Amino acid sequence: MTEASSKIAAAGEPMEMLLNMGPQHPSTHGVFRMVLQVDGEKILDSEPHIGYLHRGSEKLCEGEQYHQVITLFDRMDYIANFNNEMVYCMAVEKLMGLTVPERAEYVRVILCELNRIASHLLFVATMGLDAGAMTPSMICFRGRERVQALFEAVSGARMMHNYFRVGGIKEDLPENFGEMVGELLPLLRADVEESDKLLTFNEIFLARLKNVGAISTEDALDYGFTGPCLRACGVDYDLRKAQPYSVYDRFEFDVPVGLDGDCWDRHYVRVQEMYESLKIVEQALEQMAEGNIASSLGRRLIRPPKGEVYVRAENPRGELGVYLVSDGTDKPYRLKVRPPSFCNLSAIRHLLRNTWIADSVVILGSLDIVLGEVDR
Amino acid sequence: MRLTVAEQDNVQPAASTQAEATQAEATQAEATQAEATQAEATQAEVSAQPDLSGLAAPARELLNRLELALANFHPQVAALQDLPQVTVMSADLAKVCRVLKDDPGISASQLMCLACVDYEEYFQLVYMLHSIDPEGTMVIKADVTYDQPKAPSVASVWRAADWYEREAHDLFGVVFEGHPDLAPLLLYEGFEGFPGRKEFPFHEYQEF
Amino acid sequence: MAEITPGGGNRPPPNLLHQATAGKVPGVITATTEQLFAMARKSSLWTLSFGLACCAIEMISTYMAHYDFDRFGVVTWPSPRQSDVMIVAGTVVKKMADPIRLLYDQMPDPKWVIAMGSCATNGGPYYRSYSVVMGVDHIVPVDVYVPGCPPRPEALLYGIIKLQEKIMQDAVDGGGTG
Repeated sequence: MTEASSKIAAAGEPMEMLLNMGPQHPSTHGVFRMVLQVDGEKILDSEPHIGYLHRGSEKLCEGEQYHQVITLFDRMDYIANFNNEMVYCMAVEKLMGLTVPERAEYVRVILCELNRIASHLLFVATMGLDAGAMTPSMICFRGRERVQALFEAVSGARMMHNYFRVGGIKEDLPENFGEMVGELLPLLRADVEESDKLLTFNEIFLARLKNVGAISTEDALDYGFTGPCLRACGVDYDLRKAQPYSVYDRFEFDVPVGLDGDCWDRHYVRVQEMYESLKIVEQALEQMAEGNIASSLGRRLIRPPKGEVYVRAENPRGELGVYLVSDGTDKPYRLKVRPPSFCNLSAIRHLLRNTWIADSVVILGSLDIVLGEVDR
Repeated sequence: MRLTVAEQDNVQPAASTQAEATQAEATQAEATQAEATQAEATQAEVSAQPDLSGLAAPARELLNRLELALANFHPQVAALQDLPQVTVMSADLAKVCRVLKDDPGISASQLMCLACVDYEEYFQLVYMLHSIDPEGTMVIKADVTYDQPKAPSVASVWRAADWYEREAHDLFGVVFEGHPDLAPLLLYEGFEGFPGRKEFPFHEYQEF
Repeated sequence: MAEITPGGGNRPPPNLLHQATAGKVPGVITATTEQLFAMARKSSLWTLSFGLACCAIEMISTYMAHYDFDRFGVVTWPSPRQSDVMIVAGTVVKKMADPIRLLYDQMPDPKWVIAMGSCATNGGPYYRSYSVVMGVDHIVPVDVYVPGCPPRPEALLYGIIKLQEKIMQDAVDGGGTG
């Protein structure tokens, strides 16, 4: 021990310093920056900084026609594209009083649930990487590639689908869609199970995640937590069950909940949700019938009546809300998005207090943020 | 619940008849044509309230509870499609939100969304509140003036409001009084103007 | 000290050297040191793991087992100090401009930049936004543009191959970057 350091140690004074993480940091899941005030390895306080991906989407929506806005919604939560398109389309449909043909609803549900699985697979992959496990990420991305290949066959794009339309969907499914999903589901289930078995009850993984970053139910509600993060605290609230939209009331599925609201529970809830989503896809595929795919009113240049609407739906990351104000023209007057990750991330300061630097990575990872949605 | 019923007993008779009239007098910002006609309509006939047909039974019940709980604050009730909506004065926002959170019959435990809408003559703050038990979503609206946009902060009621208010301050320049730190959140230090406002232009191609 | 004469000692006789430079001896190639270095560089491109937005997801997909970027010697590296290539994957907003320039300046020469996707190329769908930089080439010099929104992993692979070609061509032409 050098003379200087022994002096400091002898004085017993805390060695506080500021540590900057991001915006370019491999574990920040994008361009998120936080400044940590640390004493040795302990985080005393932190200051999150967002806005490094603020693209002004909400403002841009005011300058685009209603159908063009769908492309911007694709790029907001860029891991759950179908789910985002769905919420926006639902908002405009509600404003116009359109009813969506049943087949289109089923197609939407199938694609949304598959997208939820793909999104959660990415979460499991990054969660594993954050906790130091490389293998599950390879398996999860294998599953993602399979889902993306199906999406490409349906919509023509791997990520930015632009497939849902106000009042329905763009075009009908490919003829062999049933067989494609039938082939996909067992493989996807195998991928989910494999990554689940490798990771969830792994001893090292448990040691890294259990009792880390726990949040009480009151705090979680106070911070506006929704989705898996809220359910990890033991709150049994899923919009698909509580206020069933689309055709979600026709399926049997469970809502997995956690106990302690810690990082491991957030992981566990998401893994269980993937199994439930697989169930929904299987049921939807059985129930789906031939029919129209789009309401004829939604096909034209749409001008919804004057008014406003707030629509929300259960996205992989939580509750996505769209507050849409229309002034009767062909462009939205104001479009405000309620991004789930934005609220979930706002609790990061609370979650990081009095934790260790090494845990900060898994705590941030367990929130499953998408910066495109946080910053918009 | 007992407390709010007692309050309501005292205030309700006066409030229900004069609420709209006092509201119309008090806010200068509501000088737009549409709202003037609306105020006339409500003055002329109390029952000529906005269309509540979109509300389902539970939402209508929630609206009644909201009206009771907020009787002190001259609420204007309406329906936002299928959601109950209450318009209050912007100065009362913090108190209103506190009441809604603490009232056991409403217990709005979550602030879901805070939207600011630029109506060119005034800004409208739209709070989406949500309660898990009893389940319900409600909309609280308040207008603030364009020249001096300010409203009381509700960050002390829900911590979720912290970032939402910073965002609204960034993009629209609304000042939330009592907010701990209104530093730029989405924009960088030194950004000029409020890009959320309608007057802020869309950009054409430019060198950076 | 004896005078060294051409062809003396262990040197090849002049006629053999002449043949070697003409490429007529099997198993022998000739190249300038520039070209040799370029060959080494292009076969081991370490990219800065630097995801900005949507394109980053496709970039990660490219690194993973299905597309396997490692085949091209492309390894992702979290620090700019040991990286050769910066793949700008996503929208560059003005708030992020300074950090990107800083990252670029921290990378050692020679260094290359790939602009992945239409946002990094020219602003893409956000070209009317108040906060988006109209292409990363306003901040750092770009070598390869990969179009797409987002580009497929194959497109990114093709972009890397194009960059390798460019590195070799620069060595022949005597041009360089950085």
